[in-house]
Amino acid sequence: MAKVQITMNVNGKAVEGSVEPRLLLIHFLREQLSLTGPHIGCDTSHCGACTVDLDGKSVKACTVFAVQAQGANILTVEGLAAPDGTLHALQEGFREMHGLQCGFCTPGMIIRAYRLLQENPRPSEAEIRLGISGNLCRCTGYQNIVKAIQFAAAKLSGAALQEAAE
Amino acid sequence: MIPGAFAYHRPSSVAEAVTLLSELGEDARPLAGGHSLIPMMKLRIASPEHLVDLAGINDLKGIRAEGNDIVIGAMTTQHELIGSDLLSSLLPIIRETSLLVSDPQVRYVGTLGGNVANGDPGNDMPAVMMCLGATYRVAGPGSERRIAAREFYQGAYFTSLEPGEIITAIHIPVPGPHHGYAYEKLKRKVGDYATAAAAVILTLDQGRVASCSIGLTNVSETPLWAQAAANILIGSTLDAASVKQAVAAAEAITSPASDNRGPAQYRTKMAGVMLTRALARAKERAT
Repeated sequence: MAKVQITMNVNGKAVEGSVEPRLLLIHFLREQLSLTGPHIGCDTSHCGACTVDLDGKSVKACTVFAVQAQGANILTVEGLAAPDGTLHALQEGFREMHGLQCGFCTPGMIIRAYRLLQENPRPSEAEIRLGISGNLCRCTGYQNIVKAIQFAAAKLSGAALQEAAE
Repeated sequence: MIPGAFAYHRPSSVAEAVTLLSELGEDARPLAGGHSLIPMMKLRIASPEHLVDLAGINDLKGIRAEGNDIVIGAMTTQHELIGSDLLSSLLPIIRETSLLVSDPQVRYVGTLGGNVANGDPGNDMPAVMMCLGATYRVAGPGSERRIAAREFYQGAYFTSLEPGEIITAIHIPVPGPHHGYAYEKLKRKVGDYATAAAAVILTLDQGRVASCSIGLTNVSETPLWAQAAANILIGSTLDAASVKQAVAAAEAITSPASDNRGPAQYRTKMAGVMLTRALARAKERAT
């Protein structure tokens, strides 16, 4: 099948590729762009390990073709930290609250939580649990994942309050 | 898992999409949110040679009032349905149902049109659309027609759509400001299809049921409109005896498969339990 030229913006950088239409976005990110943060877990759109942010939506990159992301803005976990290496509040929260054990679900959890906090900066515990209900953790670590997201929400909204006060 | 090879098309108008689909024939499939089709392609249960992506067609988007109807573009996502103030105030059963569809990531891309057009008896929206008396606007090569949701579903994955036709919009009559509603869904976990689910829309007049409509999900080859069950309730106060009789009538039209969600008899009973709960909640909400 003839290849198709695609361009998109990934983590703030313009990228292009030549892909078969059947190439899934997760394979484009991992194999052509070497962004191995998004993981392939179940490969059946259940587990959320492959979650990336696509034009302001959390999507499972195992269930999107790369050609569908033509022209899109994509954020993966690699794009979250500041250029000087300072961790994003969510990454810091997962470290501080022990929000991971094996770490396999973590990139998907963090990038999903990123969008959740964009839409709802101060979610309740119930809203966090519903918000990450498309992401599975098989270490049964949800308790600390919720705490990590609460840590980030508090830090991010505290920073916003401080900025407003200044 | 790698799907079979296909050619990708991204038309920018309904006319272009319909022309492509009818020219390419059975080798082509329309692509909406893709969260039913792409998993099937990865499992090689589906191997279309052409995908016609409807995402670039602006006419298929949006939610608007049109007379006494709400009109929802087929490519409107579940996430957009949940966030719509218009739907929350006039047709809140849609938000309630959308929140029970799959998980947040799937709801960002899954569309109302895809959900109702696919013909999967596990999808939640078809029974709700039958309950509401919705009509699907369908575009085909050189023609447009409307099909009532209640007449659309013929069998599992088998609908009234002809080759080359796509649903462009869903027209829903607004049931009025005082109606009660509920969608009750039993599922094993987030993201699962229903073991059984029931949709109810009703209105009360001085404590008695003036109108009632009931839809059932995933307890037959198709979604079900339980007309006889609803008729039993007209004029009643939703007293225990009437509800029991209506539930028996609803259970009588189910014919679920025995599968991982439970044996057929259990799923039929759960349809009855979901209906009982939905009626109670709809009654509380009716004013």
